[in-house]
Amino acid sequence: MTKVTGAQSLVNSLEAAGVDVMFGIPGGAILPAYDPIFDSKIRHILVRHEQGAGHAATGYAQATGRVGVCIATSGPGATNLVTPLADAQMDSVPVVAITGQVPGPAIGTDAFQEADIRGITMPFTKHNYLITDPDDIPRAIAEAFHIASTGRPGAVLVDIAKDALQRMTTFDYPKQVSLAGYNPVTQPKAQDIADAATLISQSKKPVLYVGGGVIKANAANELLILAEITGVPVVTTLMARGAFPDSHPQHLGMPGMHGTVAAVTALQKADLLITLGARFDDRVTGKLSTFAPNAKVIHADIDPAEIGKNRHADVAIIGDLKNILLKLNPAVKEVLSKVQPDLTPWQNEVYGWRSKYPLGYDKPADGSVSPQYVIERIGKISGPKTIFTSGVGQHQMWASQFIGYENPRTWLNSGGLGTMGYAVPAAMGAKVGAPDSTVWAIDGDGCFQMTNQELVTCALNNIPIKVAIINNESLGMVRQWQTLFYNGRYSNTNLESKRVPDFKMLAEAMGCVGLRCERPEDVDKTIEAAMAINDQPVVVDFSVHRDAMVWPMVAAGSSNDDITTVRSMAPVWDSQEL
Amino acid sequence: MAIHTLAVLVENSPGVLARVASLFSRRGYNIDSLAVGPTENPAVSRMTIVLNLEGHALDQVSAQLFKLVNVIGISEMKSSDSVQRELLLVKVPANPVTKGIAAKFDAVITDENDQSLSLEIVGDKDQIEQLLTALKPHGIRELVQSGLVALERGAITLADRTLTTMGTANESNPENKTADYQN
Repeated sequence: MTKVTGAQSLVNSLEAAGVDVMFGIPGGAILPAYDPIFDSKIRHILVRHEQGAGHAATGYAQATGRVGVCIATSGPGATNLVTPLADAQMDSVPVVAITGQVPGPAIGTDAFQEADIRGITMPFTKHNYLITDPDDIPRAIAEAFHIASTGRPGAVLVDIAKDALQRMTTFDYPKQVSLAGYNPVTQPKAQDIADAATLISQSKKPVLYVGGGVIKANAANELLILAEITGVPVVTTLMARGAFPDSHPQHLGMPGMHGTVAAVTALQKADLLITLGARFDDRVTGKLSTFAPNAKVIHADIDPAEIGKNRHADVAIIGDLKNILLKLNPAVKEVLSKVQPDLTPWQNEVYGWRSKYPLGYDKPADGSVSPQYVIERIGKISGPKTIFTSGVGQHQMWASQFIGYENPRTWLNSGGLGTMGYAVPAAMGAKVGAPDSTVWAIDGDGCFQMTNQELVTCALNNIPIKVAIINNESLGMVRQWQTLFYNGRYSNTNLESKRVPDFKMLAEAMGCVGLRCERPEDVDKTIEAAMAINDQPVVVDFSVHRDAMVWPMVAAGSSNDDITTVRSMAPVWDSQEL
Repeated sequence: MAIHTLAVLVENSPGVLARVASLFSRRGYNIDSLAVGPTENPAVSRMTIVLNLEGHALDQVSAQLFKLVNVIGISEMKSSDSVQRELLLVKVPANPVTKGIAAKFDAVITDENDQSLSLEIVGDKDQIEQLLTALKPHGIRELVQSGLVALERGAITLADRTLTTMGTANESNPENKTADYQN
């Protein structure tokens, strides 16, 4: 076998793993790898900050379902990947990070640009490697892609010492990966399927509690079938928006802290939660001890450790959700052909809540632009095939509430870690993965100022994303909490970003088209102008009213029973509903 | 007090102890003792972990532990079904009383000089505690304990048990992959 450098073996391995694009920045320790990268068919996109590389890999993976890849050098290059790796792991996104490490003999000596990135990332990667022998490179890469993409997807880091990249080795990519300690169960047990079907047939107030796992498992079609054969109302979590069409008559919207009254209340009053790829996150359950107090729980998930972590499961089904639903749907159909519970009273009740308490917002009295209106109009004008990303905060919640999602993988956001600055680089990654789709980043002025440098990357690499800055000149969600819980004492949430920075000029300086919109009557035409530009990134600075708040809301640590529709306004329940 | 003893088979690879320790620290599981050593298989190490679980379910701890890629298998070692031993080395003043206690407990005198006596005893938790209680009034100068190790009674081995119960049984299943993230 011909001898190659470890670096060449790395690039050959990435090609063998099927990588078509990676996002990264070179530096000393990873430099040997960048020489063969120069000749590789893999597209390398030179980002402006490693955090951007990590979120771009995540956006790419979320949009395509394929593994996203980022690459950085040792020390600060690697530590800059910490946030996006933690982010990807929390949201179960398949990402592989390659980092250079100082040469083997220098490891442990506090060498220049040395950081123990394997140690640092241990708690928030699915697995990680430190490679000091070039012969180990192909196996480590094959395992990394296998681990990242199977079971519950996640982030895997492969740290490679510089001398391992420089030394000679033979390239031999393993045909199969076999790991003694890693064999995720993907096929559900027949008994669990039967038990779940029985519970469904006995329930009078069931809800399908749908999480991001349905999207990860590409099981949206199977979910639709289950919903329609049972008639069970559906809620989709923040990570699951798009897993079930928003336009579907059984959809109640998003549950949780800023969920719809119908979705939150349906979970609270349910007698059965059919939980699919969701994890009873605190932002969904509110105060856990008061969450869905009368409900039995079916919990279907690929990760056995999610069962019973936060909420006891009466029936647990371990497996890939697509496999689960392919078995559960006929089983449910069979059981329902014998006993069909009458769900009409329950359906009437929950659909009544939906019509009585729809999502809404007030137009600002001073004639300024309402942020919800901007987001709603972007959704309407760009249509349901558009991929949306968002940062974290008020604009994220409004983008989840006021855009109608009809398809999986069209709503990408940082749900678990809540990473401000996710939107722009994730949109870049999504656009690279899905170049034919329109990609809108719905961003806040705070978030945008964290990672906007990747617009330079977009401009120079023909990645024409669109960015809407919902500019309320403040850290809006924090400001909302200060309004509600800190007597309106706005400590350090005023960003003063109406003109500093001048986002339009900043966009233009970065090689993008910059647009500005400050009046409600200009919203549509500004969005249409942005939609018409397809050869350059576009940034629109929407000046919006800063006092707009996200409603409904369940205050942190409160029971979901205490949802408020607007400030200090609780839904009015009929007595029999309570 | 909810004390449990877990026997954990792990790959003999660098960083595996750090991974286990990191997981326990991150999720707030309290370790009473931890013993690690080689096994009959050079590629595999065995950890015996004694856990004090307050507010955590053993199933959840095991499931989280099993998510570590380097963890091959886990089994609870119940005191009724397993042999549990710990090694104690203790340094006490040399005098007839301490020698008498050593003899009574069948402790081995491993080192002896004018001033001190080093004793070795292997036993279960109770035996070791009894010895320490007896020695305490006479002055314990230094002691070191190995941490508990445990071996299940009967012919079955941990490797047998974990391969059949910990989800590795469907290894040969061709659908043993989510087809969705394949590159």
